[in-house]
Amino acid sequence: MIRYILRRILYTIPLVLGVTLITFLLFNVVGGNPVYQMLGKHASPEEIQELTHQLGLDKPLLVQYVDYLNDLVHLEFGRSWTTHQKITGMISDGLGPSLSLAIPAFLFAALLSIIISLVAAFYRNRFYDRLLVVLCVIGMSVSILVYIIAGQYYLAYVYDIFPISGYESGWAGIPFLILPALIWVGVALGGDVRFYRTVILNETSRDYVLTARAKGLSEPVVMGRHVLKNALIPIITSLAMALPGLFTGSLLLETFFGIPGLGSLSINAINDADFPVIKAMTVFGSVLYMLGNLLGDLMYSLVDPRVRME
Amino acid sequence: MHDSPTRKAIRQLKRNKLALFCLVVIALYCIIALLTKTGLLAKGYGEIAGVSYASPSWDHIFGTDFLGRDVFKRVLVGTRIAMSVGLITTLIAIPIGIFFGSLAGYYRGKVDDIIVWFYSTLDSIPYLILLLALTLVLGKGLTAVFIAIGFTSWVGICRIVRSEFIRQKELDYVQAARALGMGHIRIMVVHILPNIFHLIIINFSLMFVSAIKAEVILSFLGVGAQGEPSWGIMISDARLELIGRGVYWQLLGATTAMFLIILCFSIFADALRDALDPKK
Repeated sequence: MIRYILRRILYTIPLVLGVTLITFLLFNVVGGNPVYQMLGKHASPEEIQELTHQLGLDKPLLVQYVDYLNDLVHLEFGRSWTTHQKITGMISDGLGPSLSLAIPAFLFAALLSIIISLVAAFYRNRFYDRLLVVLCVIGMSVSILVYIIAGQYYLAYVYDIFPISGYESGWAGIPFLILPALIWVGVALGGDVRFYRTVILNETSRDYVLTARAKGLSEPVVMGRHVLKNALIPIITSLAMALPGLFTGSLLLETFFGIPGLGSLSINAINDADFPVIKAMTVFGSVLYMLGNLLGDLMYSLVDPRVRME
Repeated sequence: MHDSPTRKAIRQLKRNKLALFCLVVIALYCIIALLTKTGLLAKGYGEIAGVSYASPSWDHIFGTDFLGRDVFKRVLVGTRIAMSVGLITTLIAIPIGIFFGSLAGYYRGKVDDIIVWFYSTLDSIPYLILLLALTLVLGKGLTAVFIAIGFTSWVGICRIVRSEFIRQKELDYVQAARALGMGHIRIMVVHILPNIFHLIIINFSLMFVSAIKAEVILSFLGVGAQGEPSWGIMISDARLELIGRGVYWQLLGATTAMFLIILCFSIFADALRDALDPKK
């Protein structure tokens, strides 16, 4: 087991290097010299030269890349071009708001979709199951933009049940978070229910289920105690892999509802063409994603030892 | 009577009335896109056709926007943009995916390691952030969207082709071809590839859908289509009209058009999988 964990951790190192290489190439080579953009149209050649030197952009690319890696190791992402704040600080400020929306929404969505998919599997291939599958396919075909705009318009603007947008830290912020969290759940439900239903139905065709039924166990006991336990393995693994997404926040939901999390941070950076912030968010998001994958794999190998042999 | 798998699949698809209906809708969208491209349809979509914010009527079935332009014509042009994004990005991504996937799966070893490393790296970057970063760096606009989506969405197909090649190359027919002295490239292209083609077709429709969705979000955020009525831009315009004036038709027009094509592609992809996947 320990050998597997070590090997799995070592395997992520070239991936992290790969992500840094891609972001470096993207922003420092393809993106061109940022100095022109920072100084505007009327900069003199001397100014351009000075700033280029200051930012270390006149060094050879290899040296620039090593410098960049060195900064990343020290969690130093540089400063934003627009606000001139330290990006590391901006990210840690954004984490709280992002997580306060994402964690409750994520847990609620997971619980609800597991329950619904159990119901669908219980009624498999009968009316309620078919209806749920149709609803899932329809739900998945509606753009997330529609969910957000319609939810905000009807529930906040027309019927005034929730505040339209805004954010406050602490308990006072809860009213602001309910509507975006509900929309999150609505968007996630279609795909999740469909996936969990397939996983659960795969389990119900196994021999042990036949045995359980032959023993005369009632259908709710078979589903709840036998099938669910085994179906939960892939479900929990997929949830573990989705965890990193919580930290980077939902780009669209946060922007629409004025939640100052990492999603809003990224969108603002896109609007301002704030390259260092986008670069930092790309690396941050990727490293988190790899950690989530690592966690998912390790959990899987814990419950299913065959995985370790590969 | 022995039928070829292809003929069997077509027969099964023909029996699925819902999938056929979806195929008709997809074909209709393609025709609309072509007619709009050649200017036979939605001519003068940028011109003022009536008063500002006219509600839906027989003259303008989706009403008019803030400048008095016909929303229905703009939805048609949006259809053209969406379909071309879906087509061009898949035409970029599928060859890349097949190329890398077959090399990695057939030759294994160092080539495989490098290709797997490359796509795993690309795959670990959050997709939307990667797309936004790419379009921003390449300079906003539809060309950037084509390139960004096209050159990032090949990972899924590459994975599938690779694992299929690994499986297929151990099978008897490949051994036989090798024993007959055929070259590697001939075995890969003429013998293995046709055997995994159904997987590529299934994936094509899934990629098409996700490309359309991605373009709408990119255009909505302002880094996609510039000055052209993409559905994303229409939704973005409509958002303010809805809150300010209760004008719903532009939103309804763009989102309905988008919903219908995505729904039909998803249902058709499912039907294709059922018909083509021999494991079923």
